[in-house]
Amino acid sequence: MKSQIPVVLLACGSFNPITNMHLRLFEVARDHLHQTGIYQVIQGIISPVSDHYRKKDLVASHHRVAMARLALQTSDWIRVDPWESEQAQWMETVKVLRHHHQELLRSSPPMEAQNAGKAPTAPAAVPELKLLCGADILKTFHTPNLWKDVHIREIVEKFGLVCVSRAGHDPKEYILDLPILRQYQHNIYLAQEPVQNEISATYIRRALSQGQSVKYLLPDAVIAYIKHHRLYTMDSSWKDRSSQRSKGNTS
Amino acid sequence: MFRSFCGIQNLDSKGGARAFHLDQRLQILTMDKSEKTDVVLLACGSFNPITNMHLRLFELARDFMNGTGKYRVIKGIISPVGDAYKKKGLIPAHHRIIMAELATKNSNWVEVDTWESLQKEWVETAKVLRHHQEKLEASNCDHQQNSPVLERSGRKRKWTEQRQNSSQKKSLEATPKGVPKVKLLCGADLLESFGVPNLWKSEDITQIVADYGLICITRAGSDAQKFIYESDVLWKHQSNIYLVNEWITNDISSTKIRRALRRGQSIRYLVPDLVQEYIEKHNLYSSESEDRNAGIVLAPLQRNTAEAKP
Repeated sequence: MKSQIPVVLLACGSFNPITNMHLRLFEVARDHLHQTGIYQVIQGIISPVSDHYRKKDLVASHHRVAMARLALQTSDWIRVDPWESEQAQWMETVKVLRHHHQELLRSSPPMEAQNAGKAPTAPAAVPELKLLCGADILKTFHTPNLWKDVHIREIVEKFGLVCVSRAGHDPKEYILDLPILRQYQHNIYLAQEPVQNEISATYIRRALSQGQSVKYLLPDAVIAYIKHHRLYTMDSSWKDRSSQRSKGNTS
Repeated sequence: MFRSFCGIQNLDSKGGARAFHLDQRLQILTMDKSEKTDVVLLACGSFNPITNMHLRLFELARDFMNGTGKYRVIKGIISPVGDAYKKKGLIPAHHRIIMAELATKNSNWVEVDTWESLQKEWVETAKVLRHHQEKLEASNCDHQQNSPVLERSGRKRKWTEQRQNSSQKKSLEATPKGVPKVKLLCGADLLESFGVPNLWKSEDITQIVADYGLICITRAGSDAQKFIYESDVLWKHQSNIYLVNEWITNDISSTKIRRALRRGQSIRYLVPDLVQEYIEKHNLYSSESEDRNAGIVLAPLQRNTAEAKP
């Protein structure tokens, strides 16, 4: 039997807060890659963006990391990595990919040391690191100046994308309309989420600030954390907005 | 004008929404507790299996009803249908009950009731509503009999009296507020199923909307509104039909869950973890289970067409 290529999925984003939909992305992507028969997904990594991203209503990264950790308590293959959030400045996605790729190379067992003197067996393949995202991210590649062209190229050429489609977005169109994506479309995997489940974090934050229930949209442990630390309350969102206005920041 | 509150989120400006909500909160706080009607939400269905979407219905309905300031939702009841319903793909009730219980383990207000599923024959929804309403009335009577000190406090106190009598606050809170009212909680699909020939008795539909009330969680309010408009009996009782908008497109149907399971796809984060584990452990859903009751007429169709025959 042909051995399968091990894959690690990396998802970057605000995770402000993490929701069941984020978690679903991983499950759907893994199912999809396994269905190809070529890949074996061995790990999922959630990498919350740093506070320096300065997105509106972004709560402190240590909270977002903690919430992701709570959400993943019951997952045996997905973990959260705080590296990106701990950097002194905002990191482009491609740099996060490079970092994690380095980490994977570092942690791969060296085969030579194990088989001293004997004929080397087939080396364990270094896992391929792929960027996991919603298909709407493909659309953002078209936005001028949002991504550097060389970065897009590196992402699709060197790493690869797994895009989970959301209702209302036709991902193939976004690929074919951009030459760089068209060229590497073989390295872009489109997974279909059959269950429309559009739990946006924006909706969650608004519901929370209005005292509405978000139970069953995100894990109970995350809800408990949010309540305990009084995150996303009406007062906290006012505070963010006024402080951003005074700093002259745009969202 | 029937009630179709579109949710506070629908207002244009964020400032407007916030101000509106604050006004409403003030109104609710100043309202005498005993003026509100206690409500129990009852959801009937196959729950084959129960999903996060079913559970969301309760949360959305409670927020909505409490938000009107007139109601206080005190309990949610999940009533899985009995096996005699004979729906295709329906697995044995005891599994469906257990899954619902696992799903509501972490809820402090939603519970599972087995009465309907234990009946030998299929039970019409109107009868299930009646059963639960009568049960509430019976326990309310017991409550009153056991607390003689409450017997005299039937009349509502005036606003000013209450404020001055803070020492009597305790007995005021113990004043029976009247029997809680059971209301049917459902999605738009159930509302629209009223139109399926022979699925519902027309007198049952009338009874449900006239005597109990419906809280319908809908994705696009307009289809449900149109359906109500086109039905004379629903139109007549529109004040007893509450349409609640679900802003998140939440399409986690049991059918899709079963399909995913047959295809070896993950259902994690679509159903509570304990439910997913239980399904996996007992291998509940397969092509074989999906074929159960194949070719058998659904119980309500059977019953209503049989009774229609002279």
